[in-house]
Amino acid sequence: MIALEGLTKRFPGASAPAVDALSLDIGAGEICVLIGPSGCGKTTTMRMINRMIEPDAGRIAIDGRDVTAADPVLLRRSIGYVIQQVGLFPHLTIAENVATVPVLLGWPAARVARRVDELLARVDMPPERYRDRYPRELSGGQKQRVGVARALAADPPVMLMDEPFGALDPLTRAALQDEFLRLLHELGKTIVFVTHDIDEALKMGTRIALLRAGRVVQYARPETLLAQPADAFVGEFVGADRALKRLALLRVADHATPGRARADAPAVGSGASLREALAALLAADADVAAVVDAAGSSASTISLAAIRAAAVAPRRAEA
Amino acid sequence: MLAAAWDYLLAHPQQFAKAFAMHVALSAAALALATAIAFPLGVAAARRPALALAAVSVANLGRTLPSLAVLALVMPLLGTGFAPSLFALTLLALPPLLLNTIVGLQGVDPDVVDAARGMGMTPRTILRRIELPLALPVMFAGLRTAAVQVISGAVLAAFIGGGGLGDFITAGIAMMAWPQILVGAIPVTLLALAADFLFGRLQRRLTPVGLRAA
Repeated sequence: MIALEGLTKRFPGASAPAVDALSLDIGAGEICVLIGPSGCGKTTTMRMINRMIEPDAGRIAIDGRDVTAADPVLLRRSIGYVIQQVGLFPHLTIAENVATVPVLLGWPAARVARRVDELLARVDMPPERYRDRYPRELSGGQKQRVGVARALAADPPVMLMDEPFGALDPLTRAALQDEFLRLLHELGKTIVFVTHDIDEALKMGTRIALLRAGRVVQYARPETLLAQPADAFVGEFVGADRALKRLALLRVADHATPGRARADAPAVGSGASLREALAALLAADADVAAVVDAAGSSASTISLAAIRAAAVAPRRAEA
Repeated sequence: MLAAAWDYLLAHPQQFAKAFAMHVALSAAALALATAIAFPLGVAAARRPALALAAVSVANLGRTLPSLAVLALVMPLLGTGFAPSLFALTLLALPPLLLNTIVGLQGVDPDVVDAARGMGMTPRTILRRIELPLALPVMFAGLRTAAVQVISGAVLAAFIGGGGLGDFITAGIAMMAWPQILVGAIPVTLLALAADFLFGRLQRRLTPVGLRAA
């Protein structure tokens, strides 16, 4: 869906390029997370995709179309754009903010109004209540809901999100992550998501590109990044607790073995994560737990040994 | 003494009406001319840091220059009458207008402009729909300051034959005639206060609803 080829950007006065011959393929419907330490070039890379920053060299193709030659203003209207500070227009109402791109595209007023109401409802901001309010009347989380609605307004296939939840308190952030993960998958958007928070990357990403000094160090699925870090830098970046983080990504159902547990064994849901299963086992001081399905019956078990095996080795090689 | 001033006014109605009209015309023309210069210049300078710095420095220097000194400098070049008075008053009105246009535009949140650009607004659309509405209250504050300065400064036009209410004041001073001085000074004060009030109301009116204090 998005192909970056040999993308290079050097800012005037900088000794090293901010982005250095970077190539990346992002599949349709994927959430590609760009992550890395400050100055690794993740934001620069993202901003080159809608040509907020012009690359010095390289090629960007969206849906097979080379956009390096397109009119940047028209290109940006076809790509959703969400930033950490949201950047709502303070002098315009919520409805007028959401309507920005449709109005630029010249949609008739009735269609714009319909679309605005539909989107506000989608991001859980009842339109009859919020349509005519102003940004300063909203909380940080509500502002970003409107920011995302505004980016979705003209139904762009591609969205760029630069630390969209970075300025929110942990509770609001977690809630919005869950909500938007569901929404974005539902809508089938292809997303480039910049963050510096590894937990957020592991949660949101279909694939994660870890950048250092303008280059991709590793580009892999979250489980793979945790199980098989490409080098010491990646290992350190994902954290010493990467085994635990990995367990949080794996489902009990995928690691259970058929059989019945003892009557006094603890029970865990089949949809739970291995990390939750581990916590249950440790709390009950048991080696084996019964795996319970949604109906409440159990036909399989999960053991400490199975959890350990899953933590150290990937079940199947993924790249 | 106020009664004496009132008597003087009633004794010279045509003279007063003419001076009053001239004072208002001179002030309004200077404000309009200064706005016509400062607005495009400020918009152009706000986007160019070097030009903005230069414009702000010159404008600040201009503010420290006494109005009388400006008149003294203008007279040898342009002579006396309406035109040189207009020129001097325009010069007086320029600094606050230029400064507030630049400061107002530079004060617009860069994240808001980034979002506008990222959604595909052209620079012209950003200026018209985002930057100018957001900068308008600050720009209007400049117009308010300039209006008060020009109305009070227009008194000095009398020194170079520009007319206006200053005529009564200069003549009154020359003859030590207090009532005559007041016939000039009181209306000028009222005029300045009225302009301040009027532009203040307009400024609040033009502040976008979303920016007004709750």
